[in-house]
Amino acid sequence: MGSLLAAWRFFRSMALPVFITLWAIGFLLSFLSPQLISRTVGQNSGWQGIVLAALFGSIVLIQAFIAFPLAGSLLRQGASVGAIAAFVTTLVMVGVVTAPMEMKFFGKKFTFWRNFLSFIFALLIALIMGILLG
Amino acid sequence: MKKLFSSKNLLFLLGLATVIVCVFDRRKAFSIILNSKAYLLEMLSVLPPILILIGLFQVWVPRKTVEKAMGRSSGLKGILMAIFVGTAAMGPLYVAFPIGVSLLAKGASLLNVAIFLCVWASVKIPMILFEVKFLGAGFAGLRLALTLPSIVIISYLLNAILKGKIPHEKNELS
Repeated sequence: MGSLLAAWRFFRSMALPVFITLWAIGFLLSFLSPQLISRTVGQNSGWQGIVLAALFGSIVLIQAFIAFPLAGSLLRQGASVGAIAAFVTTLVMVGVVTAPMEMKFFGKKFTFWRNFLSFIFALLIALIMGILLG
Repeated sequence: MKKLFSSKNLLFLLGLATVIVCVFDRRKAFSIILNSKAYLLEMLSVLPPILILIGLFQVWVPRKTVEKAMGRSSGLKGILMAIFVGTAAMGPLYVAFPIGVSLLAKGASLLNVAIFLCVWASVKIPMILFEVKFLGAGFAGLRLALTLPSIVIISYLLNAILKGKIPHEKNELS
């Protein structure tokens, strides 16, 4: 009984931030279409393409079963390996729209540093992959 | 800063933005609502069972067990444990946040909780299979091989920056 009560209290305290996050995701997604992403990342290459792809991946929140086919088709259309690696890595590890939720649980400092460090490392991973596979 | 990003203000801003979009482009506003609804439904189907599991975890799993497996002195074993728990789970990252907090509350170290979170976010077996299928085994394998050590380094840095503690306000679970 105590555990259910704890779960309920927890759910109540989380309801509003979760609701806002999901709304924000819905909002962003209806503006950032796959076509737009494809156009922007596909044409740029090199360092700029990687950074741009990483920024995209950080902001949007797409499920893996949509993101991987998208990334695959971008790769075949001539996007650079580095840009795709940056996009996929930041997509899963850096979450701008989920940051308010993360802050609620772990505080600002943790959230900032986890996302910031993940972003930097995603760039490094992308660079290495671009060199090795590009 | 704190006031500016409060829940109420964000809600208000989102509402305002959506109304503005609605004025200019009905269809876009409709797709915002549809998208949000899809995510909300997904969340509602995932979160309640997880919360109940967390509740049971809090009541049934003794603190000592978690402390021993993932606490400050758990060393390499704790890291492997964090990776294992992160990989084994399913669901979006926001589900991992409450689980991470309850692990912390049960005595897991910040290092291991950070590893758990990052692994949950980026290394999942169905996701890897998917990546192999669409991006190739070379791409997926190399990315995984680079990601795992990165996660451990990120978590060590995070642990050092935060001095092993979450400078916390108040928390529902702790």
